[in-house]
Amino acid sequence: MTKREKTIISLSCAFALIFGVVPVSHGMHIMEGYLPLVHCLVWGAISVPFVVVGIIKIRKLTEENRRTMVLIAMAGAFVFVLSSLKIPSVTGSCSHMTGTGLGAVLFGPAATSVLGIIVLLFQAILLAHGGLTTLGANTFSMAIGGPFLTWIIWKGLKGTGINKPLAIFLATALGDLFTYCITSFQLAFAYPSETGGVMASVAKFLGIFAATQVPLAIIEGILSALVYMALMNYAKPEMRAIGLVAEK
Amino acid sequence: MNKKGSSKITVLLIIICVLLAIVPLFALKDADFGGSDDAGSDAISEIVKENKGITDKNYEYEPWAEPVLEKLLGGELPGEVESLIFCVQTGIGVGIVAFFLGRLTQRSKDRKKYGIPDDADEE
Repeated sequence: MTKREKTIISLSCAFALIFGVVPVSHGMHIMEGYLPLVHCLVWGAISVPFVVVGIIKIRKLTEENRRTMVLIAMAGAFVFVLSSLKIPSVTGSCSHMTGTGLGAVLFGPAATSVLGIIVLLFQAILLAHGGLTTLGANTFSMAIGGPFLTWIIWKGLKGTGINKPLAIFLATALGDLFTYCITSFQLAFAYPSETGGVMASVAKFLGIFAATQVPLAIIEGILSALVYMALMNYAKPEMRAIGLVAEK
Repeated sequence: MNKKGSSKITVLLIIICVLLAIVPLFALKDADFGGSDDAGSDAISEIVKENKGITDKNYEYEPWAEPVLEKLLGGELPGEVESLIFCVQTGIGVGIVAFFLGRLTQRSKDRKKYGIPDDADEE
């Protein structure tokens, strides 16, 4: 064993000691049948206007310039890929990314909610992952709340002259993390702890969902920035159509 | 940024992504990294147990609905089939992204060849 190998192994052991104490569980969408009916209906009702506005927005985009279909298809496909990859995390459990941040940067949060709900339906019906009763809640966290934060951060950073891919990285990584924070709150509202109230439950669920999500959020940020860079290189006319490249 | 510099950074960033994903797997040898879908359900069972004062150790929260697929199958989706469907999901996504990215890169090559500016609109 070389000296270098020894260093790597001891480093990884230190890593394991630091993170190994976090309880094991799997952070993902809210499972079928785990939210009370009233919560399901309320989250569903809140999500409806966003999805409706999103559908109108997508129709408008494609009517104005048919070439934007390419970007919409790619952003949707990006959600498909990222939300299908379950990645091991530092808490000793797996979670997956959302992929919705890229869509939020390109088209705004409303249009993204449509892309997100397609993937959530796919997973709820074919994979028993997430659920139809919890579709509203999951749509709100992954396809509305997370993208909304991403969009706000992106809008805020865009004008500051910061390196654009870096801004995308920050916006999408934090948006991804925010999705799982919302999930934690949604579960805590449904299952407040009798002794500590909603906040005690929030802390508990955050420890599971948000902690698992941190490294994944970083990966999502990097991947979103890379796709953005590729699009800026090869899809200038399309990016101009959605206002990300200045008019000639 | 010149092209060479940016592709170097791209490769570096992809390596970071891969490391972030696989280091926990090797660092936490005892963890089970379960891919099952009991996300947070243990925590829910725990809270409900505490609130209702249930002392039964094996208590588990009973969801009030079950996934359509499990209802149709009359049981859980087999693990291998689940990973198949997840792969189908990845495949659909990668297929679409790769198809369009391929078209776009070829378009930009063609434009260079015929001296068309690479940000020209298409008719």
